[in-house]
Amino acid sequence: MLFLFLVFCLTVALGTILCSSSGSISGLASAVARLQEQSGVESPVTAVLLNFRGYDTLLEVMVLLLAVISVWSLTKAPVSRQKAEISPVQMGVVRLLAPVMCLVAAYLVWQGSHLAGGAFQGGAILGAAGVLLLVSELDWIRTVPAFAIRIGLILGPVVFTGTALGCLFYSGELLAYPEGMAGWLILLIETACALSIGLTLALLFGGGRPEDDVPEGDIP
Amino acid sequence: MTYSILTLFDIILVLTLLWLGWQLLSSEDIFKAVILFISFGLLMALAWVRMRAPDVALAEAALGAGLTGPLFLSALRRMNRTRKGERRLDSDENREGDEGKSSEQSQAL
Repeated sequence: MLFLFLVFCLTVALGTILCSSSGSISGLASAVARLQEQSGVESPVTAVLLNFRGYDTLLEVMVLLLAVISVWSLTKAPVSRQKAEISPVQMGVVRLLAPVMCLVAAYLVWQGSHLAGGAFQGGAILGAAGVLLLVSELDWIRTVPAFAIRIGLILGPVVFTGTALGCLFYSGELLAYPEGMAGWLILLIETACALSIGLTLALLFGGGRPEDDVPEGDIP
Repeated sequence: MTYSILTLFDIILVLTLLWLGWQLLSSEDIFKAVILFISFGLLMALAWVRMRAPDVALAEAALGAGLTGPLFLSALRRMNRTRKGERRLDSDENREGDEGKSSEQSQAL
């Protein structure tokens, strides 16, 4: 009953806001449109996310890294004892879908500069591909060394932070891309971040650090 | 404001979203709730497209439906393995990792 009442209150509040502010919404759209030329990309969303407010995105990437660190510090990933039998249908689906998903992810990152898309969307598709591989319990998944996974995880944050610091030294301001190079730097950051985000999401699904990570005795 | 076939589509979409949301919140069966949540995410992505926010729609479809759903399902599987008697998705499967974890937990306790 209380729940229904709260939902009712929220609906009324949202409706009031919607009615009272109609027509007067201007926001920052005009400011973004004015500076679009200098941002190095054609999509206003990407321009805001990676140029005008790049700092926010940098912190978001760090939050994702922190999430994986916390999950890894909690437990090891569960490993099935008996070898799971993969049905041919499932194997066929994986063979068919995984490459297509990687391609779509790359396309989303690439088109992020002028259409909808970007590092998070591409990374999410990559993550979904990783989940598909994890669910299918392929043999080679478990043989990927933990060291390589760690490198992949920090790739995005390191490239992003490196670019930010490089800009700091070059132009005296954090993430103020040099003239003419903004487009390429954004693409570089987005590619690295998409890889790391995809890996992060898949590892969150995996639910723990891999078997061959730091031996048990080293963790207090 | 012009009314077209899309307006009808929007109304149906909103009503379906509300109905799905109510169903998944009031569902007794957690498995059913998770499946409803995934469908809610997919329809929500459609709603974002209608609101001309394709970026959010892509993220919603991939994260909301494609990743959170499987995460919930795997969490449900682990929950059911530790608390038997409820609905189990994989009754014939045993995993070392979880047994080791539960023994660790019992030692810690």
